[in-house]
Amino acid sequence: MSEAYDQEALRGPHVIEYPFRRSCGPVLSRFFSGLRDGKLVGIRSQTAGVLVPPAEYDPQTAEALEEFVDVGPAGEVVSYAWVSSPRPKQPLQRPFAYALIKLDGADAGFLHAVDVGGDEASIAIGTRVAPRWKAERVGHITDIECFVPESEAQPAPPLTEPVEEPVKSVTTPIRLEYDFRAGKAQSVFLRGLAEKKILGAKAIGGDLVYVPPRGADPRNAELTPEFVEVADTGTVVTYSIVRVPSDNISFDLPYVCINVLLDGSHIPFFHVLQDCPLGEERIGMRVKAKWAPDDQLTTSVASIEYFEPLDEPDVPFDQIREYC
Amino acid sequence: MTQRCGVIGVGQTKYDAKRIDVSMPGLLREAALRALEDAELTWSDIEAVVIGKAPDMFEGMMYPENYLADAIGATGKPLLRVHTAGSVGGSTANVAISMITSGIHDRVLTIAWEKQSESNAMWGLTLSPPFSVSVVAGAGGFFAPLIRTYIRRSNAPEDTGIRVALKDRQNAHKNPYAHLKIDDITFDQIANSPMLWDPIRYLESCPSSDGACAMVLTNESLAERTPRKPAWVHGTAMRSEPTQFARRDAVNPMAGRLAAQDLYKQAGIQDPRKEIDCMEIYVPFSWFEPMWMETMGFADEGEGWKLTYEGVTALDGSRPVNMSGGVLSSNPIGASGMCRYAEAANQVRGLAGEHQIDGARKALGHAYGGGSQYFSMVLFGDTRP
Repeated sequence: MSEAYDQEALRGPHVIEYPFRRSCGPVLSRFFSGLRDGKLVGIRSQTAGVLVPPAEYDPQTAEALEEFVDVGPAGEVVSYAWVSSPRPKQPLQRPFAYALIKLDGADAGFLHAVDVGGDEASIAIGTRVAPRWKAERVGHITDIECFVPESEAQPAPPLTEPVEEPVKSVTTPIRLEYDFRAGKAQSVFLRGLAEKKILGAKAIGGDLVYVPPRGADPRNAELTPEFVEVADTGTVVTYSIVRVPSDNISFDLPYVCINVLLDGSHIPFFHVLQDCPLGEERIGMRVKAKWAPDDQLTTSVASIEYFEPLDEPDVPFDQIREYC
Repeated sequence: MTQRCGVIGVGQTKYDAKRIDVSMPGLLREAALRALEDAELTWSDIEAVVIGKAPDMFEGMMYPENYLADAIGATGKPLLRVHTAGSVGGSTANVAISMITSGIHDRVLTIAWEKQSESNAMWGLTLSPPFSVSVVAGAGGFFAPLIRTYIRRSNAPEDTGIRVALKDRQNAHKNPYAHLKIDDITFDQIANSPMLWDPIRYLESCPSSDGACAMVLTNESLAERTPRKPAWVHGTAMRSEPTQFARRDAVNPMAGRLAAQDLYKQAGIQDPRKEIDCMEIYVPFSWFEPMWMETMGFADEGEGWKLTYEGVTALDGSRPVNMSGGVLSSNPIGASGMCRYAEAANQVRGLAGEHQIDGARKALGHAYGGGSQYFSMVLFGDTRP
């Protein structure tokens, strides 16, 4: 087992976020249009009474539902959970309750936040509550800021610019924050890059070298704890010329992405080819890593800026065929 | 296989760029109701529901099975979700079929779907974690180098992909559910469309579609008593392998070859070239037709392109491929595999409409996913196996 393997894995923040846009369909369109207009709309089901938000289909019989019913806006807390330390994205920034509220005229709970001034003693099962509406509403669940004790509630203020068109979709942004860990084998590889070295891992039996190291051989799941430095030169085994833009890609279009078999390794490594006139890229071409300047070398694949052509004869296809 | 299984109902939505008129549950329901209608059954006849969609990040929908039960009549029944990336539509159907063949259930509904308009699959495929540099953009970016390798190995003429795309785009005009239909499509139009990931042109690529596909499956005795002819399952196969390993053949993957061999063995097929009448295979980029024809054993290695060139795979050829217009014409990712199965089933049922192959008795359905690492296959026959 290599000493390099004993070091902690590298870690860094990884954020995934996207504003997904959901189609409402005819039933939820009525609900979200209602919120925008300052009212709550439910639906009468065959087997479960009036449901809010309206269900599209009966929860027992699966039949389509269509009898809309205005409910609330006030109702009664039927259950709740107290949030004593709100997180930044939660609806209120002082202690509050997430509550199931049985709106007047409905037969099942509606989930929303309840603001009782941060005092848990002010909420109980049976507390009467009503919405605190936003002034400018767009047809989203957040058009209701939260529920408050019924005595403090005000009717929804009219929109400054009323909209006739029904709400057809809602945007539901997601944001996931990961504490990403590169894994020990990958970390050995990344630390090598910071020192201008490309490290691979030997498969058991020593016949094959994987770059980057994977920790285990994907063929048989055997661990690959022995690391070996491979060359920063290699052979293009296949390539594509990318002419379409994409999120997270920083290269100027068009660019050539290559699968390069580094000398001393047995699996292609993905990178880009530059300093090569378009049209001269080819299978079998010899290339060399262009390293970032020494003061910019980091524990990242970005330490290799790109691969550039090497003035050597091409490798015949038959010699690289099994790596293509 | 202990019990025999028949497909007795098939339902598809219209595939489109944006089905903003329905919610996601509404989209599944549309396909499910059509499958039930085809089978002349109702929700209460169904014993279990098996669903599948592409990876969660493609449409940001985590655990959709949690809130779909009412829309697809699964209340009080087993509801199971299957995950195998782009091949999921096929493997979902395979799992559903296994519930019949194992004798666990007598009537199973299976549904697969995708609502790409709510998100961006290309974004979902290019999430750049720390310490990495994204060099490959989306599925096309990953598959283009494999196609380049195929061309180099086989010396296939450069216009093979254009010919596949022209055929599938012409076939799409005969399919009322197809998403992309280009009037009077020509060879030159495809050849002159922009290169996206060289050698893949724009019109050699699949679109992004919304849509769902569903099938109703039953056991032998119930299949014999259905109003319309069933498609009998003669075999199903699935195989997987890692995305990368040393000396992996990613152009002609071992998992694909093994799945095909298993399928033919189960179905008693000695020579697929002679015994299979037509097939629906997963071709998201045109060149995958000749590549998969080799993997599936319909051509020797390096010769799959000749089937396209000689018109064997055309609608009027001796072994038509992607009669429906295929993934190149409709790509609701999670559903795309099941669409292949559904179209193959309807061929042997004689219900494929304008793109029916006369006398189709054995039809193959195929899906693949991930980095060409998951394969799902089915063989349908017009008579009991």
